[in-house]
Amino acid sequence: MTTMTLNVGPAVAAGTETAEQESVKTNAEIVKTVGQPFSDDAKLKMRNVNVFYGEAQAIHNVSLDIGRNEVVAMIGPSGCGKSTFLRCLNRMNDTIEGCRVEGELTLDDEPIYGPKVDVVPLRARVGMVFQKPNPFPKSIYDNVAYGPKIHGIASRRAELDEIVENSLRRAGLWNEVKDRLDKPGTGLSGGQQQRLCIARAIAVSPEVILMDEPCSALDPIATARIEELIDELRENYTIAIVTHSMQQAARVSQRTAYFHLGKLVEVNDTETVFTNPEHELTEAYITGRFG
Amino acid sequence: MTDASNSKMNQVQINQQTVRSRIEARLASRHRKEKLFRGLGIASIGFGILAVLVLFTDIVSKGASAFVQTQIQLQVTYDPAELDIDKVDHESLAWANFDGVIRAALRERFPDVRGRRDKRELYALVSSGAGFNLRERLENNPELLGQTETVWVNADDDVDTYVKSLSKDDEAFMGRTSEQKAGWILQLREDGELKKRFNTTFFTNGDSREPEQAGIRAALVGSLFTLLVTLALSFPIGVAAAIYLEEFAPKNRWTDLIEVNINNLAAVPSIVFGLLGLAIFINFFEMPRSAPLVGGLVLTLMTLPTIIISSRASLKSVPPSIREAAMGMGASRMQVVLHHVLPLAMPGMLTGAIIGMAQALGETAPLLMIGMVAFIVDVPHGVTDPSTVLPVQIFLWADSPERAFVERTSAAIMVLLAVLITMNTCAVWLRKKLERRW
Repeated sequence: MTTMTLNVGPAVAAGTETAEQESVKTNAEIVKTVGQPFSDDAKLKMRNVNVFYGEAQAIHNVSLDIGRNEVVAMIGPSGCGKSTFLRCLNRMNDTIEGCRVEGELTLDDEPIYGPKVDVVPLRARVGMVFQKPNPFPKSIYDNVAYGPKIHGIASRRAELDEIVENSLRRAGLWNEVKDRLDKPGTGLSGGQQQRLCIARAIAVSPEVILMDEPCSALDPIATARIEELIDELRENYTIAIVTHSMQQAARVSQRTAYFHLGKLVEVNDTETVFTNPEHELTEAYITGRFG
Repeated sequence: MTDASNSKMNQVQINQQTVRSRIEARLASRHRKEKLFRGLGIASIGFGILAVLVLFTDIVSKGASAFVQTQIQLQVTYDPAELDIDKVDHESLAWANFDGVIRAALRERFPDVRGRRDKRELYALVSSGAGFNLRERLENNPELLGQTETVWVNADDDVDTYVKSLSKDDEAFMGRTSEQKAGWILQLREDGELKKRFNTTFFTNGDSREPEQAGIRAALVGSLFTLLVTLALSFPIGVAAAIYLEEFAPKNRWTDLIEVNINNLAAVPSIVFGLLGLAIFINFFEMPRSAPLVGGLVLTLMTLPTIIISSRASLKSVPPSIREAAMGMGASRMQVVLHHVLPLAMPGMLTGAIIGMAQALGETAPLLMIGMVAFIVDVPHGVTDPSTVLPVQIFLWADSPERAFVERTSAAIMVLLAVLITMNTCAVWLRKKLERRW
């Protein structure tokens, strides 16, 4: 990954915008997504996705592919709909009252939405890591073993032990907790808790891992460890990560999607997006003129 | 610095001085108000504590004496001729003349007493129920037939009242006790054959017209059965209703209506539930009157709103991040509730349940309506036996004329308060112990 110095300028103060920028920001006519939103061997395919919270529309006609064993970063200013879009992928938006999702979303060409689709196995295939680490108030062992137990992946103690150890090793947490597996998961530090949540998510052998700003509540060292982890996880899992930090997107992802006011503006290889963006809005965002 | 800016600096300093002096002036008054406010708070708490102290002192001073009972020591001969039996078996004992045995013992003790009237007064020293105690002893130890032994029997309540009033500083209460009787009492006391001993009858007997025979056991057992029925019904129903309303029900007008109704029901006067129980359970379903089962059903209706409201509050207090994490793992809604939400909400639910039970224990009005105001002597054995509850027992005794019942009423109140305080202490302890930090 190339290290890039980004000119992260100050937030736009009132009265210092040029007329051109103003029209760019309020221009709601981003008709087509620039770049390469689609890929050949896509794990997840999204076509014409619209999401409504009651009457208000949060996502406008977004189409995107997420490729196999690829890390896609979704960036954009606050409130642009990236978390909403991410939550569509494992149907977590179902839990929100008044939220309506339209469009075709498929996982391995099987539909995600639809009256016949069972959401429980879907969430075993598409795992999620949240912004604030939220381990269950149980022991570390029980945290990781919960998923395999309820999905019936393993029931005997020996199998569960193996799964727990593998997951914790893959999450880079095994050496720190192997002697205290029965201690409560909430007693760990923030970075350790987030890695525990990642271990918990991979314990059910998902195919996709969704990460919603996983490092925003962590210090830089913990963040660095998790970014290392994401790189290692890429071998076995497809990862979609929402992030506020452009540097992080630049470090961990292969493709980056830029969202703006609920629309997908540009999708390209990460290097292209950050060094040579195609759309003017993307350029404005990454150079810090707003966001 | 120019002159202009210099004078500006002076102006700023002057303003600061004015400000500071004004603050100083106000300071004293503010501190005074602070002290007044704290004083008001302390006075309020002091008032509350004073009220509680007065209440407790009043009750304990009236009721403490009921825990001892005057008893008379007698030399009793289980004479088969007097008893009019030839062997010891259940049937013969039912007809045996134990009163005669007691009277014989009394005559032996006071051989100078002659004349029918005087003898009757002598026999009135001992409780009319003493014969039953003797029957029990003989039944448990058949070899006593023909033997003599020393037993302690309960004195009559007039004797008891007189003896207890002797220990108080004001004049002894004679009541129905004549001078002659008082003489015998004092003589027995001097010889050590009349003593105040721990009142086990209070805890082993059911209600009785004779105060010295009256106890709270039937009422306690009745209360226990009623509470068990209430707990067994109201806790599962209340928790299930709270879980459904909080986790599964859609948020629309109907659920709003239900919530308003539940809150209203929590404020309905309890006697209305008694009327409901009378109309439905006793009239329509023809359930047995005065049974703990019906009492429990009525109290269930009464405590259900309390349990639902407190359970919902504890479910709401579970952070949504836990639910999200569980759902993200692919747990079904039922699994999210059972595995994650319920264990975390359980301390609050239990606390609410115990407080609801403590409320139910002290309820009298609804149970009066379903007939638990009867005079029940036998200790109930099941939930369908007629029984009474402790608050009702207190209510009945408060109406009785005998002086001895005054102290027993207060003693029963003490027992009720002790049970309530224990339950509430358990609730607090349980809540502290099960508190989990996440």
